[in-house]
Amino acid sequence: MTLSFPILRRKIHGKRLVYLDNAATTQRPKEVIDALSDFYASHNANINRGVYALSVEATERWDAARERVARFIHALPDEIIFTKGTTEAINIVAHSFESGIRPGDEVIVTVAEHHANFVPWQALCKRKKARLVVLALDKKTGFSLLALRKALSPKTRIVAFSMVSNVLGCATPSKEACALIRKHDDTISILIDGAQAVSHMPVDVARLGCDFFAFSAHKMLGPFGVGVLYCKRTALLSLEPLILGGDMIESVSVNETVFSKGTRKFEGGTQNVAGVIGFDAAIGILEKEGMAHLHKELNDIGTYAWDLLSKVSGVTLHSPRRGNNGIISFSVAGIHPHDIASLLDSEGIAIRAGHHCAQPLMGALGISTCCRASFYMYNTKKDAAALQRAVKKAKKVFHGS
Amino acid sequence: MDPDLPAESMYREHILDHYEHPRNYRRLKKPDAASLGTNPLCGDEVKIELQVKGGKIVDVAFQGGGCAISKASASLITEGIKGRSLAEVKMMTKDDVLELLAIPISPVRLKCALLSLQVLENAITKYEAKHGRAHHH
Ligand SMILES: Cc1ncc(COP(=O)(O)O)c(C=O)c1O
Repeated sequence: MTLSFPILRRKIHGKRLVYLDNAATTQRPKEVIDALSDFYASHNANINRGVYALSVEATERWDAARERVARFIHALPDEIIFTKGTTEAINIVAHSFESGIRPGDEVIVTVAEHHANFVPWQALCKRKKARLVVLALDKKTGFSLLALRKALSPKTRIVAFSMVSNVLGCATPSKEACALIRKHDDTISILIDGAQAVSHMPVDVARLGCDFFAFSAHKMLGPFGVGVLYCKRTALLSLEPLILGGDMIESVSVNETVFSKGTRKFEGGTQNVAGVIGFDAAIGILEKEGMAHLHKELNDIGTYAWDLLSKVSGVTLHSPRRGNNGIISFSVAGIHPHDIASLLDSEGIAIRAGHHCAQPLMGALGISTCCRASFYMYNTKKDAAALQRAVKKAKKVFHGS
Repeated sequence: MDPDLPAESMYREHILDHYEHPRNYRRLKKPDAASLGTNPLCGDEVKIELQVKGGKIVDVAFQGGGCAISKASASLITEGIKGRSLAEVKMMTKDDVLELLAIPISPVRLKCALLSLQVLENAITKYEAKHGRAHHH
């Protein structure tokens, strides 16, 4: 791979940077950084309004980015809503059920959700006196289709789940889950949190069969502050805009406002134009890399790192050995995750320690925090070996052995 | 602190000693005041219990605390305040805690270092709300 990631040349405490917090945010390749600076240097203007050349250029690039995003997940351009991230995307959907959900209705989520796909539903249910049904994980398989089947009821209105867990790395059988839900009642709305999926594997939303699918650019080489809400055409009418104001209206009078048609009405206010154009460049790189290829590579290195860590005594691995998508959560007996992360940092290794915005899952695992090393396309087996060495060294600092 | 200072220098012997053998790590039978606090960074909790007599902290105990820094800090603070007057202890600042720890603390770990001080302040506030302020003379 000839891609270059300028930040990977950095030294941290005099050591080579080994960046293993990719599930939080990936690094950006030079191509994406250049796309951002090129936009600001040569094409910067606001979109959709100006009749002058620059604005037309910016608008064309914006539209092209929307087409690229759509193609990447096998959707149509008019099913793509730009947001500032997964969190905002999920909030738009949760907000849209404000009027549609009644006391006693049920919303199903899993215990493994990121807070972004948990808190909005919990709050909605509290406000509307609806019931939040939280699916437990199966010890062996993670997401349990059986548990889902048992949880579906005549009162189920929404099912929301992540396609890949940001803590355990394992994938949900999403297509099967959607089919099961549709068979039970095809008026149920299905939202998939794809924040860790689009970055790790090929995704085809049409084949999945969900109504909504959310993800963030910054977890897949793109800029901060850009996300996507895919909304199936037939579900678009059920959505209500969350952000009201400019750029999302057809006409405004003193007494009344008519919102724009289609996805436009969900993109209120001046948009992150440069970010979306940078995102376009990021997807270009992922397309070249090939998502099926990347998926295999990340799972290979994930298993390799899992095996290395499993050889260190006192290490408990929370992620599965196979199919972890290069996301490996672990604990070290007698040493708090923060201390592990601090000591790894002295070796130039960046990992995450904490609850990973998944406190319900931490509770289910019987821990309050853990360490997470997550790999991406620029990580090598050498990085996995450095991780293992540093964990051993941290143990030495604490236990002297 | 120097952001380039490796974290390794935080894990000095006395810190690890207080982490592995925390002082006052127990429960009081009949605490006069108690408070519980959470570190939002990691969700770890520290609970501090006080026993007060004549305006003095005659006994103190803590539970919880997650990482080495937060546990060592709780251990050192509880050790430092035993036998001292509430008035004195209320004057304790962030710098006093850092002095007790005597290690460079990176900005992100400050929350771990200072959680116990905050919990202690809350416990004293609770005590004073219930029993009135201590007389200084
Ligand atoms: C599975 C999952 N869902 C949602 C989010 C939230 O994404 P963002 O913070 O970009 O809105 C994340 C990332 O933190 C995630 O990993």
